[in-house]
Amino acid sequence: MLTMLGIVIGVAAVVVMIAVGNGARDRIAAQIRSLGANLIVVTPGSVRMGSVRLGNGAAPQLSEEDALAIQSEIPGVVVAAPLLHAREQLTVGSLNWQGVLRGVTPDYFAAREWRVIAGREMTPEDNRRAANVVLLGTTMLQKLFGETAPIGSAIRIRGVPFTVIGLLERKGQSVWGEDQDDVALVPLRTARRQFVGTSRTNPTFVHNITVKFAEWLSAEDTMAAIRDLLWQRHRLRAGQEDSFMISNLAEAADLEGSTTRVVSVLLSAVASVSLVVGGIGIMNIMLVTVTERTREIGLRLAVGARRRDILVQFVVEAMTLALLGGILGALVGIAAATAIGAFVQWPVVIDISAVLLAVSFAACVGVFFGYYPARKAARLQPIEALRTE
Amino acid sequence: MALIDVEELSRSYRIGSSWVKALDGVSLTIQQGEFVAVRGPSGSGKSTFMNILGCLDRPTEGKYRLDGIEVGSLHHDVLASIRNRRIGFVFQSFNLLPRASALENVELPLLYRRMWPGKRRRRALAMLEQIGLRDRASHRPAELSGGQQQRVAIARALVTEPLVLLADEPTGALDSQTGQEIMTILRALNVAGLTIVVVTHENEVAANADRIVTFRDGRVVPEGSETPGGLDLGATRHLSLVRTNAR
Repeated sequence: MLTMLGIVIGVAAVVVMIAVGNGARDRIAAQIRSLGANLIVVTPGSVRMGSVRLGNGAAPQLSEEDALAIQSEIPGVVVAAPLLHAREQLTVGSLNWQGVLRGVTPDYFAAREWRVIAGREMTPEDNRRAANVVLLGTTMLQKLFGETAPIGSAIRIRGVPFTVIGLLERKGQSVWGEDQDDVALVPLRTARRQFVGTSRTNPTFVHNITVKFAEWLSAEDTMAAIRDLLWQRHRLRAGQEDSFMISNLAEAADLEGSTTRVVSVLLSAVASVSLVVGGIGIMNIMLVTVTERTREIGLRLAVGARRRDILVQFVVEAMTLALLGGILGALVGIAAATAIGAFVQWPVVIDISAVLLAVSFAACVGVFFGYYPARKAARLQPIEALRTE
Repeated sequence: MALIDVEELSRSYRIGSSWVKALDGVSLTIQQGEFVAVRGPSGSGKSTFMNILGCLDRPTEGKYRLDGIEVGSLHHDVLASIRNRRIGFVFQSFNLLPRASALENVELPLLYRRMWPGKRRRRALAMLEQIGLRDRASHRPAELSGGQQQRVAIARALVTEPLVLLADEPTGALDSQTGQEIMTILRALNVAGLTIVVVTHENEVAANADRIVTFRDGRVVPEGSETPGGLDLGATRHLSLVRTNAR
């Protein structure tokens, strides 16, 4: 029992490691999917006024025209959607809720792969007319309306009446833990006119541009192309700081994966050490067994066992021992992974093929460490083996 | 042709820096169907001789032909096969596997012959039947008396249908009555045609044999120079009579 402990711990660690790793991988993939794949976000950078340096995003650097230029001039860009945002108080009857209000064009829905599940989509016409229409995220909907279907209902945003035209598909939490569904989307021009206002230097400024690029393009190439284009358009000279920032959302999401990778490396270190220790334990117990059973080996040789028969017998015994430990370890690992999933809210995915792989690896450890004692048994001289007490 | 033909056989052991001769030029032939008792004081080389006959040990010098095959220089796998097919062993301490049932113990040599489990089982059961222990087939050695254990061991030795049965002090661990029962079984087997070699230091046991070979200091004491003690001539005559009838 104690002999198998090393193998048990080793296999359990492998199973937990793979379960946690798979869980993390799935979660990251889901988050990237919720953001929308192949996305780049351009935000305004810092600006220098004389000797005063303003922080990133302080100045209205990006414009609707920049978005148009990115979309039309860079090959492989599917859409470049400009966006304005504000925090506003929304009121329905006696209920009110403050949430994120975004001014967007219909392109934004394409970029984020965000579907409308009820009502209608935002049209270019809504934007052109600066119509007072709004689409609600699921959280926002619940806070304002509860369970009732509100398509066509009136809603006030900073006192201005709006009509709810659609409900957005649920996106869930973002990588940063922000609720992506606590949002109301209005047309870009409506947002500018009613809430954000304009800037004298840049009448069509936007808070960011969401760029979706084609599958066949790499994020790096697209980012470089956007940077070149914006340098030209903003008339920046060599040595000047960028007036904008370009970030790749998938990369940001991937960053979180590195935490789980650290955990995985740690667990695999534990796993390999305990498998080796377990293997040595098995070798030890098998050497003891061979000594204890010398007479039995002698008898088997006397009735006609060949050296190979004895070798196979003891290798199989070591392997069985390791296999039992492996199966036990797999059960412990599955239990531990499930417990981690339940208590620590860490996503775990138990992959049966990985579990089987870990168990068969344990059996291999048994064969490897069982070989030496088995060979020792097989090399015994029958007469000497029979004579031992 | 003799079943066992030993010529000038020697076996030396190295103890420290010196060599000790356990066997020193033994020549002996045993014919098919003989019942031979090997007798001698401890240290006379009789056990060493028995081990070489059983292909458990190899001679240092000399020749040993079993059924016409020169055994001394064979590969260990071939020796294993000879032990499996031509030789049956019975030991003083039974040497049964403690965790296996009587039936499994009897099956053991057939296992190493790669025999199918069903056939193995049938043959082992038939053998237990013959030895009168069919109803004890599922018992473990610890649940059997000494005499029953030795009978299981005999069944194990005979299940392979060997050319010769080698018994090393088969009654040494048994009381005299049980020992005599075992010898009765061996004698009956011999009557049925089996060649038997028994190592013993008990005269009553040796008295069951047709021929007694006495060892002293690693050599065979020439016949006639020592009268086989305790051998009752009447018993011998009676035995040969039984054998004649059996044939």
